[in-house]
Amino acid sequence: MHDAAAHSYGLAHHFEDIEQQHEAGNLGMWVFLVTEIMFFGGLFAGYAIYRAEYLPAFEAGSRLLDIQLGATNTAVLIGSSLTMALAVHAAQTGKRNAQVFFLLLTMVLGATFLGIKYVEYAHKWEHHLVPGLRFAPDEMLKPGTSLPNVQLYFCFYFFMTGLHALHMIIGMGIMAVLTRMAWKGRFHSGYYAPVEVSGLYWHFVDIVWIFLFPLLYLIGGRY
Amino acid sequence: MSTANTEIAAAPRVHYLNAQYGVKSWLLTTDHKRIALLYLGSITLMFFVGGSAAVLMRLHLIEPQGALVQPETYNKLFTMHGVVMIFFFLVPSIPAVLGNFLVPMMIGARDLAFPRINLLSWYIYIIGSLFTLYAIVSGGVDTGWTFYTPYSSTYAHTQVIATALGVFITGFSSILTGLNFVVTIHKMRAPGLTWFKMPLFLWAMYATSIIFILGTPVLAITLFLLALERLLHVGIFDPALGGDPLLFQHLFWFYSHPAVYIMILPGLGVVSELITCFSRKKIFGYTFVAFSSMAIAVLSFLVAIPSAIKVFNWTATLYKGSISYQAPMIYALGFIGLFTMGGLTGLFLASLATDVHLNGTYFIVAHFHYIMVGGAVMAYLGGIHFWWPKITGRMYPDMWARIAALIIFFGFNLTFFPQFMLGYLGMPRRYAVYPAEFQVLNVMSSAGASILGIGYLIPLIYLIWSMRYGPVAPSNPYHAKGLEWQTPSPPPTENFEEVPVVTEEAYAYGSEEGAHA
Repeated sequence: MHDAAAHSYGLAHHFEDIEQQHEAGNLGMWVFLVTEIMFFGGLFAGYAIYRAEYLPAFEAGSRLLDIQLGATNTAVLIGSSLTMALAVHAAQTGKRNAQVFFLLLTMVLGATFLGIKYVEYAHKWEHHLVPGLRFAPDEMLKPGTSLPNVQLYFCFYFFMTGLHALHMIIGMGIMAVLTRMAWKGRFHSGYYAPVEVSGLYWHFVDIVWIFLFPLLYLIGGRY
Repeated sequence: MSTANTEIAAAPRVHYLNAQYGVKSWLLTTDHKRIALLYLGSITLMFFVGGSAAVLMRLHLIEPQGALVQPETYNKLFTMHGVVMIFFFLVPSIPAVLGNFLVPMMIGARDLAFPRINLLSWYIYIIGSLFTLYAIVSGGVDTGWTFYTPYSSTYAHTQVIATALGVFITGFSSILTGLNFVVTIHKMRAPGLTWFKMPLFLWAMYATSIIFILGTPVLAITLFLLALERLLHVGIFDPALGGDPLLFQHLFWFYSHPAVYIMILPGLGVVSELITCFSRKKIFGYTFVAFSSMAIAVLSFLVAIPSAIKVFNWTATLYKGSISYQAPMIYALGFIGLFTMGGLTGLFLASLATDVHLNGTYFIVAHFHYIMVGGAVMAYLGGIHFWWPKITGRMYPDMWARIAALIIFFGFNLTFFPQFMLGYLGMPRRYAVYPAEFQVLNVMSSAGASILGIGYLIPLIYLIWSMRYGPVAPSNPYHAKGLEWQTPSPPPTENFEEVPVVTEEAYAYGSEEGAHA
């Protein structure tokens, strides 16, 4: 009885059965992630070209980032991927309280990441490291470093981390909706696709950061 | 194929058009067929916006010194023509209108996999269009449709940001459409409909979707960087600040070269349907045609061979077929001729020695218009006519349709063939003035453009007329194969009364006695 009601709740009219809908949702998210890879890919390509061309300036720019904050954020984000995976597991096994707990924990970790990112951005603003708007880091660089090229590095730093942060914010919005649905007990072993595909998205955002962290923070030869 | 085929009853039958009434039932619909019609309306509007810019340009070029507008305005006109026609008409035309309507119908599904995302994609298209229309009315943009840096980033004083954002936004509508098609074709085919029983239109839609998915995001990020560079005066593409304008070109063409196939692949799919239906024959070399679509999507730079494969297979399909010249077939035959000419003249531009002479001239303009207008637009119109009875439940006036198709064919050739000669003689593109010795050919081209313009207006009139006054269409007026013809015209909201089961291959023409009336 309960099972049948929940079944019809999740099944859209144009699918034959819940399994077809589940597969379609999963494939849809994977295809979406392919477009996301291409979306970030344009930025990564630009980064790679300019880094090859202006390596000293990019290294100088990288040395102005805070590795400790970046590393902390990496750990926070990997932790949030773990809690997300646990939330998916809780959805598959139909444990309502665990779903809500792990989704909230994921959101807390995501918020921590964004908070730390905010602190970093604020530092960049204070130190005149924001390209276009407020960029004059002369005294922080070794003489002879090309200022426009360092600015180019910071363009990519802000575009890439900014786009990543935007994805985090969207992810947290999705998470809020999921938490509400989980609270109402919508997810169980027969219907957990929304949690699963959102998990895919969250892991993707995590992986992007795994690439961003070394490419932006660790190229200065400080470690 | 063994589906129940319902005849139109005397009492008004409930179908997707009359199931609900009111503006809200359209603006909030998730029915793929209604969304296709929303797209049809908005894309037609953009087509005539882009077309009016072309009309003004051709009028201007009647005289060597320019008859109509200032040179700056001329630059804005060709930019507006290119931006609107490419990003707001050609790219979405067949996928968003015919694809939206037909993909679920052809695979025997009730809707696309993600109906709400489908509606979202239309709204995104509208928002992108509004940005671009705003840019046009608030001063226009003069960079050319390619937005090349450093002109677009440093020197142009026109509405570059608004236009680029419009294209950026509308790109997401393509991405979402492509995503929807890929998932739908993978997961929602009717029982028995294996990949190699699918109509070739679906293969074309699948290949197009792959390019949407892989190419469009790169264009989006490129235009986003361009807009940021203009906004913040940072130097991603500015050599003075360490950037490289060539990077813009590389990223831009990562999308825009495959975008040529976004524009032509759907047309190739439509023509495969039309040729088989109106020669009453199975397509020659099904797997070759299917794989040549995928080859174009994947390789994208070696298109001459897959394109030739298609043309040869269509020709072989026509051979010994019982051909009838109904309006869609005239468009399809026109397509084959014009597409072949456009393709072959492309070879001149791909070989170095001739390209040195022809690069940057009207030869290029003529070449890509043979593909884009002679090819893609002919296929689009052919497809619109072919499926019009299914979409609206009404027949269009066939005689008018044939006349319009011939006028368009004639007008098109008169417009663009002289441009081949102009280019060969050395007239550069994108100039508001030209030497007096080119005037005769330019006047011919302008005369052709006005005929072409009339040719496009005639279908606009009689198609709208037919929605109310056209004869009621049977479920399968052409005795065509394919699942979409096995359900009433217009289809019910759920497309099929029961899920069809597919037992025969695509284009099983020849066993005419099995066809439904």
